[in-house]
Amino acid sequence: MKILVCISSVPDTTSKINFTSDKSALDTNGIQFIINPYDEFVLTKAIKLREQHGGTVTVAHVGPANNEPTLRKALAIGADDAIRVDAEATDSFFVANELATIAKDFDLIMAGRESIDYNGGSVPAMIAEILDLGLINGCTGLEINGSNVSGEREIEGGKESLSASLPIVIAGQKGLVEESDLLIPNMRGIMTARTKPLNVVTAQANEERTVSISFEKPAERASCKLVESGNEAELVALLHNEAKAI
Amino acid sequence: MSVLVFAESWDGKFKKGTFEAVTYAHETAKKLGVSTTAVTIGKLADDAAQLGNYGADKVICISNNINTCDSQGMSAAIAEIANKEGASLVIIANSNTGKTIAPRLAVKLSAGFISNVVDTPSNDTPFTVKKKAFSGKAFENAQCNNDKCVLALAPNAFHIVETAGSATVESFDAANRVSKVTSTNVEKATGKISLAEAEIVVSAGRGLKGPENWGMVEELAELLGAGTACSKPVSDIGWRPHAEHVGQTGKAVAPNLYIAIGISGAIQHLAGVNSSKVMVVINTDPEAPFFKSADYGIIGDAFEVVPRLIEEIRNFKANN
Ligand SMILES: Cc1cc2nc3c(=O)[nH]c(=O)nc-3n(C[C@H](O)[C@H](O)[C@H](O)COP(=O)(O)OP(=O)(O)OC[C@H]3O[C@@H](n4cnc5c(N)ncnc54)[C@H](O)[C@@H]3O)c2cc1C
Repeated sequence: MKILVCISSVPDTTSKINFTSDKSALDTNGIQFIINPYDEFVLTKAIKLREQHGGTVTVAHVGPANNEPTLRKALAIGADDAIRVDAEATDSFFVANELATIAKDFDLIMAGRESIDYNGGSVPAMIAEILDLGLINGCTGLEINGSNVSGEREIEGGKESLSASLPIVIAGQKGLVEESDLLIPNMRGIMTARTKPLNVVTAQANEERTVSISFEKPAERASCKLVESGNEAELVALLHNEAKAI
Repeated sequence: MSVLVFAESWDGKFKKGTFEAVTYAHETAKKLGVSTTAVTIGKLADDAAQLGNYGADKVICISNNINTCDSQGMSAAIAEIANKEGASLVIIANSNTGKTIAPRLAVKLSAGFISNVVDTPSNDTPFTVKKKAFSGKAFENAQCNNDKCVLALAPNAFHIVETAGSATVESFDAANRVSKVTSTNVEKATGKISLAEAEIVVSAGRGLKGPENWGMVEELAELLGAGTACSKPVSDIGWRPHAEHVGQTGKAVAPNLYIAIGISGAIQHLAGVNSSKVMVVINTDPEAPFFKSADYGIIGDAFEVVPRLIEEIRNFKANN
């Protein structure tokens, strides 16, 4: 089974987000980039599926050369090879098109359900549409048996079991594997990752349908009004009269 | 031309996010000087014409019963209507279902796609709109280069506005397709309030010491008609289900009122909840970072404060 895992490179979750002085882009000064947390669950699941069924795990990423450490980390965790499409990932349709071009040769195409930077949550569904494939979005459980796929997804107030067949697109999250099962690179992994293939391909001239104009930060809140412990009645009154929240 | 809005239903009933989306579509259509057309899919228990109360001029009911796991079938059916109506703008609530069909629809219509939209368009040529970015840590003003655009709206970002309007209702048979994904079983917790749509969320963290102590959290939530949430470690240790995990790597919520009990207020937690209109924190530690982000706080032991708060809210409810 050939498995493709689409990886995005995002600011570390502890990052304070700031923008360049003209507010047109993220200020990357001092920001550590990591594998998108949702993609980590998917990558670990892909490696477990390879252990069960044989095959290969390829990671793919659309981004500039300075994102390569993220791909090397994925190789160190256990992917067999990596593909980087050499382009700035600015628009989700552009990224999906690039990834779909690569994905058409794979049996199982996996990605995190959204990236924590631009939060489009759209690339997996777009890949599925471009390639005319089925999709399990927000996937929390996955088993493969021959070409049969059984999956689980979160729905409003519950969960749903699904069946489908390969090839398929899976947009995954926690539950695919548990947090405690996430694979992390060991010394041997880090060493071998250096020599695993990382192929760089040029982008097709795909169209960009959206563009970022500017960024802004949420308004600061006024300072916190403290109520004495024991005086919960006052809190209830404030929430009713002042905040109009109850 | 018209603005098209997908009026999502769940078990035949319209959702809160549906009314938000129809309101949004109506307000945008008014600005553009065009009409608002709503689309429903499958059997309805609710009356389709009621969407007129939120500004729809016309409701087209797709009669095919398409399972929500068939995102391809749903988006294809909506695309048929979008083409028939000549819609250049399609509005969809960013619910579980909406998230899955909106990007597909954008590909089908050769449209630009902008998700997690929080405001009506600031410009219509080119189309420019504000969306959430960096998991709640920022907003982005995004512009669509295409003449068609699909927008997915963040939940709880718009007030539902009722109008005196009325809508005509027509039925439509979409082309039948074979779904590539089929549903084999559904497990639903009954009576649970959807976290994404809840007006009030009661959330608790590791400060509660163990899963056996969640009784008071559930009691407070039930009293307030609230959804229940938790911090990431609480779901990782298995004290609460993953579906309750809120934050940068869990669900984003934006209720009117968010009550955080025994949660320290780590940057990843705050990212997912700071769109809440009012935040209350209950924590023993005056240095907990949550106090810097909350509107109201009590420095105190949750095991004393929460039972008293429940009593006071019960008194309040009895008198109001
Ligand atoms: C990649 C990554 C992603 C993450 N994503 C998320 C995310 O999406 N969501 C999330 O929540 N976290 C996330 N985290 C974890 C985050 O950094 C914090 O560790 C977590 O939010 C802390 O949870 P907590 O507040 O419940 O626990 P703690 O930090 O342990 O805080 C417990 C709090 O309870 C208080 N307390 C103790 N006893 C009492 C009492 N009796 N009464 C009242 N208060 C009491 C303490 O003073 C303390 O402030 C992420 C971390 C990483 C590395």
